[in-house]
Amino acid sequence: MERRDYLVRKLFFAFTTLVVVAVFNFLLFRILPGDPVRLIIHSPRMTREAQERIRATFGLDKPVWFDGERFQEGDILGAFDSQFTAYVRNLLRGDLGVSFATRQDVSELLAERAWRTVVLVLGGDVIAIFLGMTIGLIAAWRRGTPLDTGILLFGLFSWALPTFFLGIILLILARGHLPTGGMVTAGLKPEAGLLYWADVGEHLILPTITMGIVYTGEYILIMRSGVMEVLAEDYILTAKAKGLSTFRTLRDHALKNAMLPMVTMIALTFGYTVGGAIQVETVFSWPGIGRLMYEAVQKRDYPVLQGSFLLLAVSVVLANLLADLLYSVLDPRVKAE
Amino acid sequence: MALLDVRNLSVDYLTDEGAALHAVENVGFHLEEGGSLGIVGESGCGKTTVMMALLRLLPEEGRIVNGQVIFGGRDLLQYSEAEMRQVRWREMSMVFQGAMNALNPVRTVESQIVESLRLHITHDLRVARERTGELLELVGIPAQRGRQYPHQFSGGMRQRAIIAMALACAPSILIADEPTTALDVMIQAQILELLEHLQAELDLSLIMVTHDLGMVAETCDDVLVMYGGMVVEYASSDVVFNSPQHPYTQRLMEAFPDVEEPGSTLASIPGNPPRLDDLPPGCRFEPRCECQWREAICAQKTPPLVEVEPNHRVACHFARQRPGHVKGRIG
Amino acid sequence: MQALKQFVRKPMGVIGAVMLLVVLLIAVFAPRLAPYDPQERVQVTPDDILAPPDAEHLLGRDDAGKDVLSQLIYGARVSLIVGFTASFMSMFIGTTVGLVAGYYGGRIGNGLMRLVDFLMVIPDLPLMLVIIAVMGRGLLNIILVIGLLGWTYTARLVRSQTLSIKERQFVLRARSIGAGGARIILRHILPQVLPLIIAQAVLDISVSILAESSLAFLGLGDPTLISWGMMLNFAFERAISRQAWWFLLPPGFAIVWISLSLILIGNTLDEIVNPRLRTHHLFDARRMVALAVGESAGRRVSEGGQDGPFGCA
Repeated sequence: MERRDYLVRKLFFAFTTLVVVAVFNFLLFRILPGDPVRLIIHSPRMTREAQERIRATFGLDKPVWFDGERFQEGDILGAFDSQFTAYVRNLLRGDLGVSFATRQDVSELLAERAWRTVVLVLGGDVIAIFLGMTIGLIAAWRRGTPLDTGILLFGLFSWALPTFFLGIILLILARGHLPTGGMVTAGLKPEAGLLYWADVGEHLILPTITMGIVYTGEYILIMRSGVMEVLAEDYILTAKAKGLSTFRTLRDHALKNAMLPMVTMIALTFGYTVGGAIQVETVFSWPGIGRLMYEAVQKRDYPVLQGSFLLLAVSVVLANLLADLLYSVLDPRVKAE
Repeated sequence: MALLDVRNLSVDYLTDEGAALHAVENVGFHLEEGGSLGIVGESGCGKTTVMMALLRLLPEEGRIVNGQVIFGGRDLLQYSEAEMRQVRWREMSMVFQGAMNALNPVRTVESQIVESLRLHITHDLRVARERTGELLELVGIPAQRGRQYPHQFSGGMRQRAIIAMALACAPSILIADEPTTALDVMIQAQILELLEHLQAELDLSLIMVTHDLGMVAETCDDVLVMYGGMVVEYASSDVVFNSPQHPYTQRLMEAFPDVEEPGSTLASIPGNPPRLDDLPPGCRFEPRCECQWREAICAQKTPPLVEVEPNHRVACHFARQRPGHVKGRIG
Repeated sequence: MQALKQFVRKPMGVIGAVMLLVVLLIAVFAPRLAPYDPQERVQVTPDDILAPPDAEHLLGRDDAGKDVLSQLIYGARVSLIVGFTASFMSMFIGTTVGLVAGYYGGRIGNGLMRLVDFLMVIPDLPLMLVIIAVMGRGLLNIILVIGLLGWTYTARLVRSQTLSIKERQFVLRARSIGAGGARIILRHILPQVLPLIIAQAVLDISVSILAESSLAFLGLGDPTLISWGMMLNFAFERAISRQAWWFLLPPGFAIVWISLSLILIGNTLDEIVNPRLRTHHLFDARRMVALAVGESAGRRVSEGGQDGPFGCA
């Protein structure tokens, strides 16, 4: 398989997916019955300026897709002056609208909070990947033993455990010992330097552990499966016949082969990981994108909801693309001829 | 003293329920330095099992329940796993059956050969790399192709690379299990030539396991014929091909097409080999034997392996009475 | 079926089945088992709010003064209904797509698989969240959303199975005598794929239940029903500061209970249907040499099943 072809294909797919996501995002908030945007426009809480702003940005006085009348009048370009084009135009400009609740720019809001979700997801995922792969490897190697059964049960159990519930349990257990909500103790400002960041770190512990436990379980199951398949291959027998010790066989032959499908699987399950972040942020009031979505749901803040969904979807698509790239580099079977 | 002396080797396979299937029973043979032994028999007769037992590479359910494997004066079956790791590849190496995947697809061919060298011979990376290059050239592969991955090699090249890897540590014995199955005829011939050539050059002792009699006829000094997990005939290649004494061997030779006699029908042996869970109590070949001397005792008592003439052993109750077989007649 | 016999032999599967049975019984006999009717209006005093367990309310009361235990019992119904319905929907869609894509291949197949790829990449929970937020809360909406988004994995699975089955003898024979596509699919291919589908369906039910509970926890559940996820939503919002564990923990454990039961069953079925390699090359080789002590050379070892120095089981 040519690496270049492979990458081009993946890039194209990622691009089309992004387009589909963008269009879907538009449709969701316009076409569906009980158009929420219109409902909110007439809400008495809205100031005149905000209403005008929203109307202008969303082009609510314009037709949704296409203006038939103007087209017939010969105004070709004008015919495309629709809500949809307005949406696309704004999207490309990075304008995601304005929050109904805080009147803040949605893009600003997202930009402010994005790094907090990134930190949480990365922290939890990295731990989970490392632990999951190691334990999964051990379980597969020790297939059939009580150790393997125990590990398998742990994996299955963590699969059955809803992420938010684990968060709640840890919250109850850690009460009094660790901060249980928010990002930082009230009153502490970034200007306090190290003190501030240490405090943030403290608040990060529980959410990260929660993410870590759930995803470790999942990766254990995936890795265990993958390694079991690898260890039954011919080249493992060859390694054994060469006189390699079990440890060296695992390290020098099994590991790399098992990691390849693992990369793909981590990417594939990244969507699930992001879903978990929403739950964890909600439980621990960690002010990231996930928590933002939760609050937006409660407040019916549709622009924020729309914007966060877009951001999350885009992240997952990009993460998958990255994984595909990584895979193409790691697997020698995907090489330039 | 023989280089390798195997005596009374018996191997069982345990089933899920714990029963023991007697896959191999009382197999014995020896191998001289520089000699070559061919082990022939139908699929499932236990030849691969015997080879795996030598290097202790049986699958999880395999058990070596009897015998001795005397190599260099010591019984390998008494070795611990750690000691076996010193023997494997260094003293005795193996080319597995149907092993198109014997090379790790995500590592270069070179790195895998270098690995065996660094494990047993030298720690020096550069020396190992040089030697690897030499080995590849020896089997007819340009040294720089070692940097490539197995999927970039053709089937024949891969097999040759595997042979090169098997010879990396200059073992005394090379076991080749069906080295040319799944390769086309031209490549088969090449591989065989290669093996012969290497044998001569490196003073290598060879054990070849195969169901291809032609291969054995060409390359092996001695032949061990197996059936149903047991040895039925063991003699020099000459004797086995020209004057076999065991009815099974005789039928095998019948079934072996003779290029010099075109037009003769391709014979096959009717019936099936015995199932391991349903072994005949007496001679294992008895249900398919059409020999005129066949009697009740054949089904009752397993014939022992007896030396009917110097260096010619047969496991048949009526071996001594049977005149030497000439091709075309069963007798 | 012999699969059933195999299933009974595996302890994990049996435990899961028993666990599931318990939940099913509770759901069916809810009106009999629950001490109170959760729909009934109750007169509550401030003392009753989040009251800890006592003799009359074994699991205490919730933030509205209602009995927790009864809600817990009735909650089983919602989980099961959502789980089974949504899963049935997604399995149906997934199987159909998989069979069609696998059997017909070509542009239809590729097109369908592109669709599958799209859906798989888009993150589940955010998507469901957003759709329900816009469409409105309700049981039907939840079932639709979960069912219409969860079929992709099944589709992939069924497609790859179909691809390999379609080359087999009996299919080729059927085609040669002129059997039509739909007929072949339904009569020949589907039966072969069915065991796989069933194993997958069980796991899918657990995924559906977990999805519903997540959505409910985030505030998107059906307001007219009590589900365990919704109980946790209320508990989290209002009970956590009061440490009302009787309200916080039981619904969560209930979710774990039912998910675990399904996962154990599903995993066991999966092991039966997909006999993944039972052994590999890196086992402990110390038992390989099991020489009989005291046996003279040349004699065959006695029948299997005997204890002793061989270590044979």
